[in-house]
Amino acid sequence: MPGVVINMRGLFDRIRLLLLFAVLIVAGDAATTSALAGPYEDALPGFTADSFSDTADSLDKIAGSGSDLAAPLLQALRDQRLQFSTAEKKVLIKTADGKLLDAATGQPFAGSPPADLSNVRLNNRLRNLLDAALGSLTMMAADPNKRYDAAQSVFKSRDAGALPALEKALAAEQNARVKAALLQARAAITIASAEAPAADKVAAIAVIRDRGDQDAMALLQIIPADAPAEVAAATADAKARIERNLALWGTVQNLWYGLSLGSVLLLAAIGLAITFGVMGVINMAHGEMVMLGAYTTFVVQEIIRTRYPGLFDYSLAIALPLAFIVAGAVGIAIERSVIRFLYGRPLETLLATWGISLVLQQAVRAAFGPTNKEVGNPSWMSGAFDLGGILITYNRLWIIVFTGIVFVALLGMLRFTRLGLEMRAVTQNRSMAAAVGIRTARIDALTFGLGSGIAGIAGVALSQIDNVSPNLGQGYIIDSFMVVVFGGVGNLWGTLVGALTLGIANKFLEPFAGAVLGKIAVLVFIILFIQKRPRGMFALKGRAIEA
Amino acid sequence: MKSHALIRMLDRGATLFLVLLGAFAIAIPVLNLLVPATSSLHVSTYLVALLGKYICYGLLALSIDLIWGYVGILSLGHGAFFALGGYAMGMYLMRQIGTRGVYADPILPDFMVFLNWKELPFFWYGFQNFGYAMFMVLFVPALLAFVFGWFAFRSRVTGVYLSIITQALTYALLLGFFRNNFGFGGNNGLTDFKDILGFNIQADTTRNALLVISCLALAVCFLICRAIVTSKFGKVLVAIRDAEARTRFMGYRVESYKLFVFTVSACMAGVAGALYVPQVGIINPSEFAPANSIEAVIWVAVGGRGTLIGPVLGAFVVNYTKTFFTTGLLAPYWLFVLGGLFIGTTLFLPRGIVGTWTHWRAGVKEKSEAKRSAEAEGGMLATRGAPSPQPGAAE
Repeated sequence: MPGVVINMRGLFDRIRLLLLFAVLIVAGDAATTSALAGPYEDALPGFTADSFSDTADSLDKIAGSGSDLAAPLLQALRDQRLQFSTAEKKVLIKTADGKLLDAATGQPFAGSPPADLSNVRLNNRLRNLLDAALGSLTMMAADPNKRYDAAQSVFKSRDAGALPALEKALAAEQNARVKAALLQARAAITIASAEAPAADKVAAIAVIRDRGDQDAMALLQIIPADAPAEVAAATADAKARIERNLALWGTVQNLWYGLSLGSVLLLAAIGLAITFGVMGVINMAHGEMVMLGAYTTFVVQEIIRTRYPGLFDYSLAIALPLAFIVAGAVGIAIERSVIRFLYGRPLETLLATWGISLVLQQAVRAAFGPTNKEVGNPSWMSGAFDLGGILITYNRLWIIVFTGIVFVALLGMLRFTRLGLEMRAVTQNRSMAAAVGIRTARIDALTFGLGSGIAGIAGVALSQIDNVSPNLGQGYIIDSFMVVVFGGVGNLWGTLVGALTLGIANKFLEPFAGAVLGKIAVLVFIILFIQKRPRGMFALKGRAIEA
Repeated sequence: MKSHALIRMLDRGATLFLVLLGAFAIAIPVLNLLVPATSSLHVSTYLVALLGKYICYGLLALSIDLIWGYVGILSLGHGAFFALGGYAMGMYLMRQIGTRGVYADPILPDFMVFLNWKELPFFWYGFQNFGYAMFMVLFVPALLAFVFGWFAFRSRVTGVYLSIITQALTYALLLGFFRNNFGFGGNNGLTDFKDILGFNIQADTTRNALLVISCLALAVCFLICRAIVTSKFGKVLVAIRDAEARTRFMGYRVESYKLFVFTVSACMAGVAGALYVPQVGIINPSEFAPANSIEAVIWVAVGGRGTLIGPVLGAFVVNYTKTFFTTGLLAPYWLFVLGGLFIGTTLFLPRGIVGTWTHWRAGVKEKSEAKRSAEAEGGMLATRGAPSPQPGAAE
């Protein structure tokens, strides 16, 4: 499916290119007939001098010429496709596919290429000039995104030369977003110019203030300290407001990242919370169930890639039930073959499941190799969008949504189904549950299968954001345990609160302490927290739990 | 009374263990240094270093057995104490390098010069002094164990919770020691040691001496452990293991007992780490990895916990198997074996090798005694004594 999309996009691009060519040719015709000796043609010989200052002059004239050939020529210059011949006094544009066009007419260059053809050289000053000039030229483009980008580039360059083009574009602009960008660009020029009156500057500062991002801040920094009083006051006010705005968005960003990390932790820990909560079994192989889920996704995608490439966008939907079944079946097998002999001996269970995790890791390593496996994002999970001041990627968003669905489904299952009822009964009082006729051994097996299956579907989600390797599970096991220990067992809400708290705390500590120290701080915090509440935040109360 | 305690401490198994250890400590250096290399009895220097390493592992296992086998505290973070002791020794060895380092700085170790540090961090002060370094080998693990244990035991964190938290502890230290600005050489750790107390660390004689010292340390720690577990104090520990709440209700300060033994055990692990470092020539943060600590626990389980001799045996058996597997074509299968050991031991050999052996011996003895007494009393009395309770059955 993405292949198709790319093809579509490619086709679209090609059509646009064709249209552009058509325009160029028409424009070229117009140029040959009407503008034989305008400023554009006058400026061209400047490129043949091979001197930076002459090139700058010509560039300036061409940008202001209003000729339709100006934009393609400047773009060619920017891309190092503009060539000249001193001997023949010719300037030629080399197209992307290697053809030569006469810069003066825009027509294909007839005859053999001159022998002394060489590129017009650029330096950084010229590149900046060029970007500004191209920016003002593209402000009239048909595509609003292009116009927006152009306005942004003028905003950054603050080139007063772009002002006439800017005004022209502003008058014609209909799109609100582009218009705002253009206004900001004009304000940036006003602020940067030395001779603009103070009143204009104050108005411009207000526009910049409302923009409120890092670039706006950078722009305000250039206002000299000895500016007139009202300008200085407006600047100080704007700076304070922008800072507040940035701090707010910074907080939102941290919250978002924290939420994202928290949802990943929740996905990894929720199955553990079930097995630990209901059965009191520490399953050190839980991370390997996550890994099995991720590898299931990999296998599904491989089959889809080779057999049914059209189904790629549905690969995750196909992988989800399979991962649940694979991990759940392995979980039940582990419970039936090992864990059931170790009930009442939690420390031995811990060791035995650790052994199982080693075996599973090595088995996967033997089957798939030790290297990372490539798991692709379906088209609906790739990309990102801006929300205010933060960038939100689709895969993170979907994982949060997915975690929410899994959580609610699990909660509903525990609350409203027969199995859920029996599981809760066993959690609260195993012997009493057995006495009223619940087959606790069967519940144990099913619980373990359920917990493992959920770990498996967590693996499907994690395969989208993490490396799929045999060590995948190891990275999550300690964090998952921290979540469960922190949140308390036997209560899914505790797991939810625990995961989100840890995720958000981690992300808020990171800016101050760095990723590693932040993690250490969280671990130390949990160790201390356990002192206060040895059974976690949402501990079940009652004597049965002590057993 | 004193001699009585001594006799209790040195039962037949303990004496046999010490004699074997002594014979080992004498035989290996003799076979390495005095027997010519051409002889089939010659022990290579590689093997001496390897055996020395095993002895250190044995000591680590012993320290874990003291708390797991007798108090029921399963620490999954004992590797942290081991590594801390190792780092203290490593810091001493680093300072001994002096101007022989790559950058020839008389004070700063190479990695600090490399990181453009101008002066020695305060926690490196004094490590050029061997006595101080040895004090730190004991003190740092003890301090960490004391502070951690004080918090954990006082608030009655027990069982798997404690195991998970100890694992988090060593994981946090792992992350910390990986950082360059922590001041312990980052992920390269400390290495390139030259000499210890003026003896070349690469020399055969030094290696043999380190092996003998390791055996000595193991013997001393073994005797300390025996003294603890055979005393009245040790009986209380076992009571805590088997029924913590009851022991508390009888008026014992359970957390003080636990804290003391936990700290002693951490010191032993620190000593093991300190002896390990000069024999392998490097200490780096991977020693803090939670997997290492769990692996050490399996040595104890395989050998038999609550036996003190078993863990040392287990460390030898498992590590010999590991060496055998990981140095040959069988390397990919090692994790299967290790995983299988974890599963198999817990399922089929919960008492471990030594525990199973003593249990079997006790059973045989009882049967024959019962038979004899039955013959003597004309079959009037049925066998009565129940088999001795297995160690650590109740958690």
